[in-house]
Amino acid sequence: MTSPIAGGVDCDLHPAVPHLTSLLPYLNDYWRDQVTTRGMTDLVSQSYPPNSPISARPDWRPAQGKPGSSLEDMKAQALDRFGLGYGICNPLFGVQMVFSEDMADAFCRALNDWLAKEWLDQDARLRGSIVIPVQNIEKSVAEIERCAADQRFVQVLMLVMGDMPLGKRIYWPIYAAAERLGLPIGIHAGSNYHNPPTSVGWGSYHIEDYVAQAQAFQTQLTSLIVEGVFARHPKVKMVMLESGFTWLPSYLWRLHKFWRGIRMETPWVDRAPLEIVRSNIRFSLQPIDAPPDPATLNRLFDHMQSDELLLFSTDYPHWQFEGDQVLPEGMSTDLVRKIMIDNPHATYGRLRQRVNQETTP
Amino acid sequence: MNIQFRTGVQQDQLAETKTAIADCDIHPARATRTELYPYLASRWHGHLETYDKHPYQGMMEGPPYPKAQPNASRRDAYPPEGGPQGSSLSFMQQQHLDPNHVVLGVLNPLATGQGLRNHDLAAAICSAINDWQIEKWTSKDSRLKASIVVANEDGPTAAAEIRKRGGDKNFVQVLLLSRNVEPLGQRRYWPIYEAAEEVGLPVGVHAFGFGGNPITASGWPSYYIEEMVGHSQCQQTALASIVLEGVFERHPKLKMIMIEAGFGWAPSLSWRLDRSWQRLRSEVPHLKRPPSEVIRDHIFWTTQPMEDPERRDHLFDVIDWIGWDKLLFATDYPHWDFDEPSRVLPAGVSDANREAFYLNNARKLYGLT
Repeated sequence: MTSPIAGGVDCDLHPAVPHLTSLLPYLNDYWRDQVTTRGMTDLVSQSYPPNSPISARPDWRPAQGKPGSSLEDMKAQALDRFGLGYGICNPLFGVQMVFSEDMADAFCRALNDWLAKEWLDQDARLRGSIVIPVQNIEKSVAEIERCAADQRFVQVLMLVMGDMPLGKRIYWPIYAAAERLGLPIGIHAGSNYHNPPTSVGWGSYHIEDYVAQAQAFQTQLTSLIVEGVFARHPKVKMVMLESGFTWLPSYLWRLHKFWRGIRMETPWVDRAPLEIVRSNIRFSLQPIDAPPDPATLNRLFDHMQSDELLLFSTDYPHWQFEGDQVLPEGMSTDLVRKIMIDNPHATYGRLRQRVNQETTP
Repeated sequence: MNIQFRTGVQQDQLAETKTAIADCDIHPARATRTELYPYLASRWHGHLETYDKHPYQGMMEGPPYPKAQPNASRRDAYPPEGGPQGSSLSFMQQQHLDPNHVVLGVLNPLATGQGLRNHDLAAAICSAINDWQIEKWTSKDSRLKASIVVANEDGPTAAAEIRKRGGDKNFVQVLLLSRNVEPLGQRRYWPIYEAAEEVGLPVGVHAFGFGGNPITASGWPSYYIEEMVGHSQCQQTALASIVLEGVFERHPKLKMIMIEAGFGWAPSLSWRLDRSWQRLRSEVPHLKRPPSEVIRDHIFWTTQPMEDPERRDHLFDVIDWIGWDKLLFATDYPHWDFDEPSRVLPAGVSDANREAFYLNNARKLYGLT
């Protein structure tokens, strides 16, 4: 077994909001009244049905409540277990599904305040991602600016499937704010289900939705690259979270071939897609969509032609690996160090900054 | 072009041009707008003049994303007698079939009745296209073989067309497109698979098509390149649907061909399916085997546009993972991203694998040995 090294950065932890009503203390009177008077249901996305096998590893499933809702469990099962120096919290509460811009904004503010108070304040290793009301760009930028005052927020979080491709110009103020404030954009698996969850329509099964996350990441990467996001914002980093990465080499071969053939359509793309990926795009380690034999995996690492693309993740509490085998067999010590320490620190600039007396935003 | 293709290409080219090849993706076109009318009931002539084809997209003329070149085709492929690229048999022979030693050419007509909202019109045009392929192409050149095109959204009608044509040796496959109203594993398409298995023909799934769904799971992108690259993601989800719905459990003799959508993604998709199936198989109890095994046993891949990594050992890794016996050479003639037969395979391939790649796999699959 390849052993983790101490002081690593886990770039994909999922603390769960126990219920929408858990956010009531963080909502203003109007929204608190709306939630209760209208009998709003919990915002659980069908991307991760709580009882689905992928939503929690069997031995990480709590006796009651949602997987990932207990800090004590997260400490014992992930932070302490893998000797982590930092863990980045990416809440997957279904605020992106909401259609009202104002409601989404209120819920995002509450969610971010909840994360700071109930998680970041409770364990000094934890860092947070800013969940934004992507339904409204101005409100998203305002929320990024509000939360960024707290240095413990180290990235902006979006979902891979939404209303429009992420490279579209309408989203660029979000990327400008992130670049200005030194925050990578984390793009996590999941959909708001405002479009069919595949590009060929609605499938029958949860497993299809899950498999299709990888294809959604591919189309988003195309959009981000060809729209010119990285020509306009060369310093912005994006992290593909729970995306898988074994699709990347062959995807880039194809994109590169077409870019070479029809780059006159998008002349502002002034660097080859592979170069853009090397400088601006990172991928979380889990899930590893590859056979368990080290020989094949090492060929895949060779196909990626860079050891700087991967960032360590457990994807806690999602079920991606057994026991302590979070790192695949046959990884070199150098690569482990890059993935667990060097690459995350190079990506998340805010990890280097000393956090003084933490305050809830 | 792969940098490693360049060394010694001249020598290779001389050797290659003597090799007989199968081209599993040739696109025949109509020379005139009304060329199909002789094969259509007169009721449809007036209908087409009045309402046109009414597809699952908004543009009356042309594609939603403007292509990179007219008709997405080579500028040197216009026939001397006029008409669009791919519309003249004699010019196709002169420009492609003869010099490239094509001994088997599979026709994949794209502008057919597929993807039309009026399903009666769809069926009429598809049937007309099938007659036209024989009369204009396969009856005039025995190297060419036709594809049965069907009204894809109307399973029973499509199945009837397959059964009607299935015994005709001019046809070597049933042709679907990857983008439909629903993912291709859905049961509205099952009658197509049932009929194809019954008549013993493989089903080719060509990239493209219209089913009303945006070409990403996040809505419509801005550029043609996104559509072009996106076809491989459409194909991946369409194939995932076919496997996860258990199409091959129901039709164990059925073979399918993924056409013009790449093959480099096949290993990673298979691994992702396997991993997800290990966790979630209780949701799909009809699927009895690991998806990667199903894909290996049932799926073939055409090569164009050829995966083109910087390093040829990466290409060979991927082909080893898929199997040299599963690739079918294709040029996509007369489209602009045509793959030149003499240049697609780098040096370092065994003679047996080279022959399988260029010809023998196709002959075997299509029963033309």
